Amino acid sequence: MDYIFKNPLVVFQLLWQHLFVTGIALVVAILISLPVSLLILRSRRLTTIVLGILSAFYTIPSIALIILLLPVTGLNEWSVIIALILYVQVILVRNNVAALNGIDPVIVEAARGMGMNRRQLWWRVQLPLALPVMLAGIRIAAIVAIGIATVGAKFNAGGLGRLLFDGIAQTGRYDKIWAGALAVAALALAVNLALVALERYFSYTRKIQQRAAA
Amino acid sequence: MSSIAFQHVSKTFPNSTHAAVNDCTFEVDSGSFVVLLGPSGCGKTTLLKMVNRLLEPTAGEIFLDGKNIRALEATQLRRRIGYVIQQVGLFPHLTVAQNIAVVPELLGWERARIDARIDGLLELVELKPEYYRARYPAQLSGGQQQRVGLARALAADPQVLLMDEPFGAIDAITRASLQDEMLRLKNTIHKTILFVTHDVDEALRLADKIVVLRAGRIVQYDTPYHLLTAPANEFVRELVGADDMVRQLSLLRVEHVMAPLPKNFVLNGTPTILQQDDLRNALSKLLQSGASALAVLDETKPVGVLSLEQIRASAKRA
Ligand SMILES: Nc1ncnc2c1ncn2[C@@H]1O[C@H](COP(=O)(O)OP(=O)(O)OP(=O)(O)O)[C@@H](O)[C@H]1O
Ligand SMILES: [Mg+2]
Repeated sequence: MDYIFKNPLVVFQLLWQHLFVTGIALVVAILISLPVSLLILRSRRLTTIVLGILSAFYTIPSIALIILLLPVTGLNEWSVIIALILYVQVILVRNNVAALNGIDPVIVEAARGMGMNRRQLWWRVQLPLALPVMLAGIRIAAIVAIGIATVGAKFNAGGLGRLLFDGIAQTGRYDKIWAGALAVAALALAVNLALVALERYFSYTRKIQQRAAA
Repeated sequence: MSSIAFQHVSKTFPNSTHAAVNDCTFEVDSGSFVVLLGPSGCGKTTLLKMVNRLLEPTAGEIFLDGKNIRALEATQLRRRIGYVIQQVGLFPHLTVAQNIAVVPELLGWERARIDARIDGLLELVELKPEYYRARYPAQLSGGQQQRVGLARALAADPQVLLMDEPFGAIDAITRASLQDEMLRLKNTIHKTILFVTHDVDEALRLADKIVVLRAGRIVQYDTPYHLLTAPANEFVRELVGADDMVRQLSLLRVEHVMAPLPKNFVLNGTPTILQQDDLRNALSKLLQSGASALAVLDETKPVGVLSLEQIRASAKRA
């Protein structure tokens, strides 16, 4: 704790790096996961195969995966970002597929029968109905990414992991280890709370309950 | 209003050996109420869904007002056709008003016009607008949901209404009241309606004409009166219960058996009955009043007369 109060600028800079790496990774991962989910949704077999491959990525230890990427991307934050994108993909795609499969087919047929085209169906019906479940997936992915990103410090990506690794390398610097651990935990908690709020905001069942109570 | 013509329409689903709909040819007159009737699996839904192109026929053509529907873009066609299904399929994340607004919005109506339309439609299906506009589907009973489903289908004033067992999942009492309302609406909204049911009583009560389907084929296409009095075969006779005269009286509408209005007819205290009322009510009115005939009204003015003779004749022919 002491370390954080004595070196607020250092900690803040590392926090910012951490957010940057996980944020970029998450945004790109979401943008990839949406078309992938929509594509594989058309066939059960494709869903099984793609989710199988993505799960396999998830089982590779994070350090090993980043090392595998080093020859391609070099020793910088991009190796970490790409590894994170691959990691959280299975979480995002699995949740997206569950969310879209969870929509009552009768509702989709009613929408088509009323004359919606594919785009209108997606924006007006499928996305709003699937969003709460998709956001739950994004939240889990964000927390996992924040955790794994600490390893990034080993690979020149900076972030709060630096405090942890420095603390281990320098004898007697438990204060750094504590500061790093606390900062990562606080970040994960804060992001979790923010995303929970977003989920609630987009949940139509909640809106209905509020209306009923009023 | 629009007419619908089916010409040798067949549909065989992929991986299926038999046709779900087999060489169906018939015409639905503009403004008429036609019911597709038959046992489960006979192809009613399949036939209906080919009209709004949720399914495409494997053979044959369908014409809307003489125009082959394949020449129209599917989404454009569907916006001109109201579609009501048994499971209702209201959008759970939208309020009643937003649900009704969907097709007008797709068609690019102005906000003020949409708002006025929503209120008008809610009144038409007898739901108080100020009470129901802002509610969500989950806050409505099954019967209320289906009323909203009907209002939603009518929103953009389509010429044609397709209804697939709309009252199938609704309890008997609510169902009867919805049927009454359907009869009332039929005379006020002037639409061509294609209505699927496997409930014979519902079909006989509502239909101008009934298509009796069996295993994808048309067995008979006729008025309720003729189905009861001249069933094409044993299947139809048993299906419609043509042998039960008392039941028939409560199912046949006055307009089906009334005689045309005599020249120089004056109401002059003659007891009256509505044309969509059933013969059973007509009979009891005749017997109670002791009159020789009833004047038949369409809401306001006399359109025909009904005497004991005509009721007896309709029963005798059965
Ligand atoms: N998507 C489909 N794929 C394959 N076969 C189908 C499909 N939809 C319907 N069928 C078959 O086509 C036939 C007609 O089905 P349809 O749904 O039109 O019957 P229905 O008269 O509406 O029955 P119900 O009264 O039970 O609703 C049935 O044998 C059914 O199994
Ligand atoms: Mg059906």
